[in-house]
Amino acid sequence: MVEPRPLHRRRSIRLWLGAAWIALLFFAAVFAGALSPHDRLAQDLMLQTLPPAWLPGAEPGYYLGTDSLGRDILSRIIYATRPALIVAIVASTAACLFGSLLGLVAGFFGGWADRIISRLVDIWMAFPPVLLSILLVAVLGPALSSVIIAIAVIDWTRFCRVVRAEAMQQRRMDYVDSAKVAGYGTLRIMAREVLPNVLPAIVVLFSLEMGIAVIVEAILSFVNLSISTDDPTWGSMIAEGRGIVHQAWWVLVFPLTCLFLTVLAFSQFGEGLKERFDPVMR
Amino acid sequence: MSAPFLKIDRLSVRLRRGGEGRLLRQASIAVAPGEVHGLVGESGAGKSMIGRAIFGILPRAVEVIEGAVRLGGTDLFTLSDRERRRLVGVNAALIPQDPLTALNPSKRIEAQMTDRLTRILGLSAAEAKARALGLLEEVQIREPARVFRSYPHELSGGMRQRVLIASAFAAEPRLIVADEPTTALDVTVQKQILKLIAEMQRRHGTALLFVTHNLGVVAKICQRVSVLYAGKIVEQTDVATLFNAPAHAYTRALMAATPRYDRPEESLAPVRPEVIEALSQEIAQTDNIWAEARLAAAGRRA
Ligand SMILES: Nc1ncnc2c1ncn2[C@@H]1O[C@H](COP(=O)(O)OP(=O)(O)OP(=O)(O)O)[C@@H](O)[C@H]1O
Ligand SMILES: [Mg+2]
Repeated sequence: MVEPRPLHRRRSIRLWLGAAWIALLFFAAVFAGALSPHDRLAQDLMLQTLPPAWLPGAEPGYYLGTDSLGRDILSRIIYATRPALIVAIVASTAACLFGSLLGLVAGFFGGWADRIISRLVDIWMAFPPVLLSILLVAVLGPALSSVIIAIAVIDWTRFCRVVRAEAMQQRRMDYVDSAKVAGYGTLRIMAREVLPNVLPAIVVLFSLEMGIAVIVEAILSFVNLSISTDDPTWGSMIAEGRGIVHQAWWVLVFPLTCLFLTVLAFSQFGEGLKERFDPVMR
Repeated sequence: MSAPFLKIDRLSVRLRRGGEGRLLRQASIAVAPGEVHGLVGESGAGKSMIGRAIFGILPRAVEVIEGAVRLGGTDLFTLSDRERRRLVGVNAALIPQDPLTALNPSKRIEAQMTDRLTRILGLSAAEAKARALGLLEEVQIREPARVFRSYPHELSGGMRQRVLIASAFAAEPRLIVADEPTTALDVTVQKQILKLIAEMQRRHGTALLFVTHNLGVVAKICQRVSVLYAGKIVEQTDVATLFNAPAHAYTRALMAATPRYDRPEESLAPVRPEVIEALSQEIAQTDNIWAEARLAAAGRRA
């Protein structure tokens, strides 16, 4: 008989909390102009290191205080969602497309295609990723596009490995043979029969990768290798705040919290998706 | 008796890098329209290999070294990939062993059933849908429309196997290969599915190659039977002869080890020692023959 589908309806708190924070970020990025109370770049030496609104000595309207140049921290955090999300989306997409394609080919065809691709992945993964990314950006010059390229170039292997393993498993299933018996060609079987079954794994990995991309961008900003203008990124804000953490902790803590929550949200969203997909597909 | 629709002639298959070891040794089987041919043998005997050879889905590690597979007189090995796929797709269908992995987990039953019909028979979407729904009813699925909308994981094992049976018969193939279609199911469901396949086969007049390791099943639904051992067909006869006068020691051993539906009290009898003796002699003999062949081949090469 047709069985009920309880797992489909089970609520997953981490999934929804993660999704809510990610949605909030997107909202902030799109409407940054309307949402930020002050000009993110405006310096005012009269307003240096103001504390957040609930502490003594706060200035009304500067909810999260100001940094050492008197710039509004809340406005800067809001604007910094833009580079963070752009890097997360573009870099993850590039890594995902390239890695998944190679992984699918390796896993589905096996044989020499698999041997070449797997060897390539092994060699790639022998490089320490943080060093490699710093090296790459140093060579390409500090810019958001360099950060994106560096992340994609390093992280495609994650997608490749997972998709390869999944495709290999799917290839052995009888439905692939049935599709062959029904006269479908290899490409169509790969794209229409196998890929949809690998897609959940790709989606989960994509979410995790977005979190990783945000961290890497922050690290590169922190060591001053991301965008070079005054425009804020969480990483550069953290770098600024680190020096004056004893006089004005908020300059460090708020962007750091934001970064932490974002990375957590992406990973929890990914894990939540995984939970949701797994019992259905297996 | 009409001319056989499926004719396998001296088919030998081996591992590409397996030395002389063969997975099929000159196996010949013929199945006429409307006939049910049982293929029995223990696990690993090569039963599925025969099925796979017919559909051109042998594992990559395996190659055909001699023989022919003919469908309606056409030798499949002489066709191009494309022609073969088309001929096989129109004329033959497979009911696989594991109903869980034989359906694509991410596609609804509707798409899985109708895609084949529109593709192979060139039916319109509406015709294919009507045909598939009709077949679901024929395999006694009570809510065809609901099953149509389901994903495989939403169906029980027995239901999935019914869907696969319906799919196999939907294109009105002239040959169906059922590869242990009941092994993965529990005993009560097994009987229903078996009965269903036999009924469908009779109604549609399909040639059926029925793979099983259960001689009781053979007794129930087959007219002819081939006993496969280590890729070699050691006995091939009609079912009555097989049960009344099994010619081969291995067949007798197999029979002794099989519970019988028709005479349940006999299945409790212990396997007689002389049968086991005969079997081990047979195995030793076969091994000797292969060893001699190997030596001879080595001698020729030297
Ligand atoms: N992909 C493969 N690569 C190499 N050898 C294989 C492969 N698949 C099967 N074999 C070997 O081929 C032989 C025959 O296998 P086959 O699957 O035809 O057995 P079977 O009679 O169908 O057994 P079962 O009753 O377990 O399904 C076995 O010895 C098996 O080890
Ligand atoms: Mg088998």
